[in-house]
Amino acid sequence: MSEKIGGKVIKFGNSVDTDVIIPGRYLVSIDPQELGKHAFEPLGPEVQKRLWSSQVVVAGSNLGCGSAREQAASCLIGAGIKAVVAKSFSRVFFRNCINTGLPAIECAEAAEAVADGGELWIDLEGGIVEAQGKSFRFAPYPQSLKQILDAGGLISYLAKYVLPQQQALKRS
Amino acid sequence: MGKTFAEKALARAAGVAEVRPGEIVDVYPDLYMSHMASWRCIRTMEKLGTDKIYDVDRIAMVMDHISPAQTAKTADDQRLCREFAARNGIKKFYDVNAGIAHVVLTEEGFIRPGMVIIGTDSHTTIYGALGAFGTGVGFSELTAAWVTGKLWMKVPLSVKVVIEGPLARGVSSKDVMLKLIGDLTADGATYCSVEFHGSYSEGLSVSDRMTLCNLAMELGAKNGFVRPDEITRSYLAERGVAPDRYSEIHPDADAVYAKSATIDGRTLAPQIACPHTVDNVKPIDQVVGTKVNQVFIGSCANAKYEDLAEAAKILKGRKIASGVRLLVSPASKEIVARIVKDGIYSILLEAGALITNPGCSACAGDGGVMADGEVTLSTANRNFQGRMGSYKAEIYLGSPAVAAATAIKGFIADPREFL
Ligand code: SF4
Repeated sequence: MSEKIGGKVIKFGNSVDTDVIIPGRYLVSIDPQELGKHAFEPLGPEVQKRLWSSQVVVAGSNLGCGSAREQAASCLIGAGIKAVVAKSFSRVFFRNCINTGLPAIECAEAAEAVADGGELWIDLEGGIVEAQGKSFRFAPYPQSLKQILDAGGLISYLAKYVLPQQQALKRS
Repeated sequence: MGKTFAEKALARAAGVAEVRPGEIVDVYPDLYMSHMASWRCIRTMEKLGTDKIYDVDRIAMVMDHISPAQTAKTADDQRLCREFAARNGIKKFYDVNAGIAHVVLTEEGFIRPGMVIIGTDSHTTIYGALGAFGTGVGFSELTAAWVTGKLWMKVPLSVKVVIEGPLARGVSSKDVMLKLIGDLTADGATYCSVEFHGSYSEGLSVSDRMTLCNLAMELGAKNGFVRPDEITRSYLAERGVAPDRYSEIHPDADAVYAKSATIDGRTLAPQIACPHTVDNVKPIDQVVGTKVNQVFIGSCANAKYEDLAEAAKILKGRKIASGVRLLVSPASKEIVARIVKDGIYSILLEAGALITNPGCSACAGDGGVMADGEVTLSTANRNFQGRMGSYKAEIYLGSPAVAAATAIKGFIADPREFL
């Protein structure tokens, strides 16, 4: 039985864009903690307070549409979010989640079923989301993406696996 | 079974005979573009503890999102990029005077048919205007490509968009795209390669092709594509790029598309994207009369020479409404030089425009921001809440001609009455 990630849910609608997740004016930082303070700032302090006490962001379709800013993913990590679950993702946001080590799960049924403020748990290995007393299946990641996630993101993955290999090749 | 453009372009860059949609392949891009995010890539490289670059000649850096620097922090970030470029012999480095990366690199002849290009910017789709495969990535991925030369890509399904022309009077490539985004919605082509076909895209100027492929992003597209032709070849030839320095990739006639959409440009009216999403699109007669405080003619979507000329045609000999600010930010240094030379610069100035240095400018919230409750009509490609200053301000998107007419009237106006 693999470890589950999840917790309390904050739920949003469709097409939540990157500029709402993290406004352009804060991109001068790449520190997730600092960025986390400004995540979802355009939606006001009430939403932000709920974000900071949640562990899972749930949204409708096209989550993270807009800019290629990687901070849209890392700010959520800084805000204490452990995973994002949506009906669908914009492609750059999805990549940025994986590459910063934030599991992004496409599971329309779970996103639909779970209530704002409810609980949601994810079994990444098994491809199962549990919410509202029900289980929902999602397609597990292909091996190449899983390795990046497991390493905690693309840069740690490179540092741990790819670069040492390159250096070893050079030496031999 | 025939192949789409994306299938052929990615197979080439992955060094394999063929790929299928849905397959994940390691791709070696021909060019890695980074803008303001460059400093983040450099810091990430430091974190990685390596200074080995796979191929320095594939790196292009343009200081466009904040230019010139407004704070000591940004000045420091830009210095980091400058010094990194000098130290590593990065020849394609463009400083704060150059303009918007996408337009600058296109003008410099670095974008060529058949190339695969990644950029730290979602509108990297714009390179499809010259028949290249351009797609946006985050800064970690770009850094990884600097070091390893490659990145993973999922081979996309393709969407065929057929645009029939010629366009109705007063209607532009921007209106075509807004109509398409309104019809298909902001995730109408998520993860897909969008190919533009039809009588309109054939024979179209490179500038208009850039607008099409740029805005394809707002459909969620992975990339955009217009088939290279004589116009592409002569554009490149003018920039010193001979045909033997690229190889065109064309989709097969029997390629398989996930879906198709048709826009009839012959009967189209000007279109407006209303706050706060790009797919909230209405024909102009439904929003005419909306009061604006500011008009912004700028961005990689619509601040090219042809766009400024279009606006100038309407603004010539006229004045903007009192109390309205008209901000014009040409996309590149080359464009500034051209409009100065042929008088467009003076036409805009005399009409009452504030003309900034080339760069992303107000599109990136770099100047030209709004106060609470204000409204801007912009020629850019995004109207998200808070993108231009206050979270309580509104952005409408339209063509350069709509922008010019709106600046004169002080409210959203139909350009056809000025033509
Ligand atoms: S002009 Fe706007 S859309 Fe284009 S690259 Fe700059 S900030 Fe992005």
